[in-house]
Amino acid sequence: MKTDIRSASGLRHDPLVRGLGWASALLGVPQVAAPAGFARALGVERPSIRHRSATAAVGVRELAAAAGLLARPHPAWLWGRVGGDLMDLAMLGRALRNHDGRGLGRTVAATAAVTAITATDVYAAVTRTRRSTPMELTATTTVTRPPDEVHAFWSDLTRLPDFMAHLDEVRVTGPRTSHWRVVAPFGRAVEWDAETTQDVPGRLIAWRSVDGADIDNSGEVRFTPAPGDRGTEIRVTLRYDLPGGALGAAAARYFGEEPHQQLDDDLRRFKQIVETGEVVRSEGAPGGKQARGEFPQRPARPLTEDELKEALA
Amino acid sequence: MKANCWTGRNSVEVQHVPEPSILNNRDAIVRITSTAICGSDLHLLDGYVPTMEKGDILGHEFMGEVVEVGPGISHDRLRVGDRVVVPFPIACGACASCRAELYSCCENTNPNAGVSEKFFGHPTAGIYGYSHLTGGFAGGQAEYARVVLADANVLKIESDLSDEQVLFLSDILPTGYMGADMCDIQRGDVVAVWGAGPVGQFAMDSARVLGAEKVIAIDKEAYRLDMAEAQGYTAVNFESADVRSALLDLTGGRGPDKCIDAVGMEAVHGASHIHLYDRAKQAVRSETDRPHALRQAVLSCRSGGVVSVIGVYGGLIDKFPAGAWMNRSLTLRTGQCHVQRYMEPLLGLIEQGAIDPTRVITHRLPLAEAPTGYDLFKNKQDDCEKVVLSP
Ligand SMILES: NC(=O)c1ccc[n+]([C@@H]2O[C@H](COP(=O)([O-])OP(=O)(O)OC[C@H]3O[C@@H](n4cnc5c(N)ncnc54)[C@H](O)[C@@H]3O)[C@@H](O)[C@H]2O)c1
Ligand SMILES: [Zn+2]
Ligand SMILES: [Zn+2]
Repeated sequence: MKTDIRSASGLRHDPLVRGLGWASALLGVPQVAAPAGFARALGVERPSIRHRSATAAVGVRELAAAAGLLARPHPAWLWGRVGGDLMDLAMLGRALRNHDGRGLGRTVAATAAVTAITATDVYAAVTRTRRSTPMELTATTTVTRPPDEVHAFWSDLTRLPDFMAHLDEVRVTGPRTSHWRVVAPFGRAVEWDAETTQDVPGRLIAWRSVDGADIDNSGEVRFTPAPGDRGTEIRVTLRYDLPGGALGAAAARYFGEEPHQQLDDDLRRFKQIVETGEVVRSEGAPGGKQARGEFPQRPARPLTEDELKEALA
Repeated sequence: MKANCWTGRNSVEVQHVPEPSILNNRDAIVRITSTAICGSDLHLLDGYVPTMEKGDILGHEFMGEVVEVGPGISHDRLRVGDRVVVPFPIACGACASCRAELYSCCENTNPNAGVSEKFFGHPTAGIYGYSHLTGGFAGGQAEYARVVLADANVLKIESDLSDEQVLFLSDILPTGYMGADMCDIQRGDVVAVWGAGPVGQFAMDSARVLGAEKVIAIDKEAYRLDMAEAQGYTAVNFESADVRSALLDLTGGRGPDKCIDAVGMEAVHGASHIHLYDRAKQAVRSETDRPHALRQAVLSCRSGGVVSVIGVYGGLIDKFPAGAWMNRSLTLRTGQCHVQRYMEPLLGLIEQGAIDPTRVITHRLPLAEAPTGYDLFKNKQDDCEKVVLSP
């Protein structure tokens, strides 16, 4: 498992992140518009061409960070700012070493200011970066029905929980939106809103969670005709961005050591429903979709009243 | 209800268990009138098939009367009171395998397909009373059984044939027949059958029905060989004769055109050092199967012939004579029986009198005495060939 930087939709309303975004913008505009004046303000009396273009370049970087932090907030922009700060400190350090005395006070003040800004940026970047584990699962199967029919079945999202073990409920909330709820093994209710991003009859369905999901995720199913009139090949891809902390740990535990096995089983159940009408139960694995393929199983003998109630619940 | 349960290696016990109920819409509940013990049950009994759980109900050869029908089954297809034979592999009738009549490879009926896939590369069908690798379905050595996707599977018996005449349509008769069918028997063919158990006997009968010129039975149990000889087949006792020279002698030096392995993974062998080698490896589970009959069939078959394997193998074998198989252009064919493919035509052959399945039955016992039946059948006591149990 890899650790990655998470696109955190919550950053959009984070005052510190927005503040830093605006700070970048305020700094970047004069740097790009009047690089010579800006350099002088920092204590460089007669800025050379090199000085001026370096200042303009730093300005461009600030504007990019500003745009990123304000429009599409992501911890990567914060880390970008930290990187920029270090470059600035290096430049100021050189200026201090090679100084001829004039404007020294301004350079010292600027260095102090950039040091403070760097500290703020590091703080923001560290605290706003959540460690997360991206997980991509794929599975494929073939069912003996034409692509249109298989697509139609899948596009009724409310039926997904019939065969996807971890889903408790999917509610359709609008023409392209739905609300998803995941079952208890996660240890707490995990829900998200999703939007259907693509829906091409007989070909493809894709969806993704919208901002603010407990677990960012997306998925797609592609349908292609199987050769030799054997129906439809189905390829499913699910992507989860498992957050750090207890929730991520619970999710990882739930998916187990072989998360692919679960999606395979989901797809097998989908095939059972499409081809035979429902998920086949045995006495050893009476729980239908809840059967987790765990061994040892209950013995292959009829269920007691209580077991029956539980299995069919 | 009473049911015969596996309680651990080499032990079965008739226990009281709850009665089955409908779990799926297309289930039916059958009150069992006749059920049998199969050579495959012996592999389960001995613990050579993994994923058995203590308390599993055994039995995959059963028939009876429908007493309850799930809401998903149309009245025209099946109703309470129907008399039915239940095929041992559970098929859905709708997947690609079922459409190709490969019912025992059905893609939809094994809830433990993920596990089965790990053992076999691809999953196989659900089977009643046959470990959890094939789904963990309760078996039919019981008073009642739940029949899954009943409308797609059961054979209705509308004539007045007796239970004993039709019971074996559930497994061993179609299995023996498939063994012969896979041989693609041509005029003049000599067919050798390893194993004169019930499955072997039906393979012999089927080979004759399908036009074999001569049928040879190979076993070590004199009474089983006598049973084959009584049908006009030639017997070779592998304990008193060298099988290879006997077969060469019987075929003018050519070797049998077609060979059927109706023994499977627990074969015994005259050549004791090889047998000891396999027993030792099997005991520590580094080889799961003892393939003596299969090796011998491959080595004996004439060049270009067919080796048809209906004896069950569960895992890995050693010393498979791949050189003989490859260099002499042999065809190896096999499978758990696609029972649903053969039930109707075989019912026809029984009605015509071309095959008499009752000829293999030597013991009839009440279900309560199932453990005695296992003992007799496994240890070849009292000239036991086939045990039928009545609940
Ligand atoms: N393919 C299928 O669908 C299917 C269905 C039913 C049974 N089977 C299998 O068929 C096999 C036979 O079943 P059965 O009910 O007749 O069992 P069985 O145990 O009564 O018969 C096996 C016979 O093989 C003999 N034998 C042992 N070693 C031998 C050897 N080296 N050479 C020749 N004969 C040897 C035994 O003495 C015995 O008579 C078993 O493996 C069983 O699991 C397969
Ligand atoms: Zn059998
Ligand atoms: Zn099928």
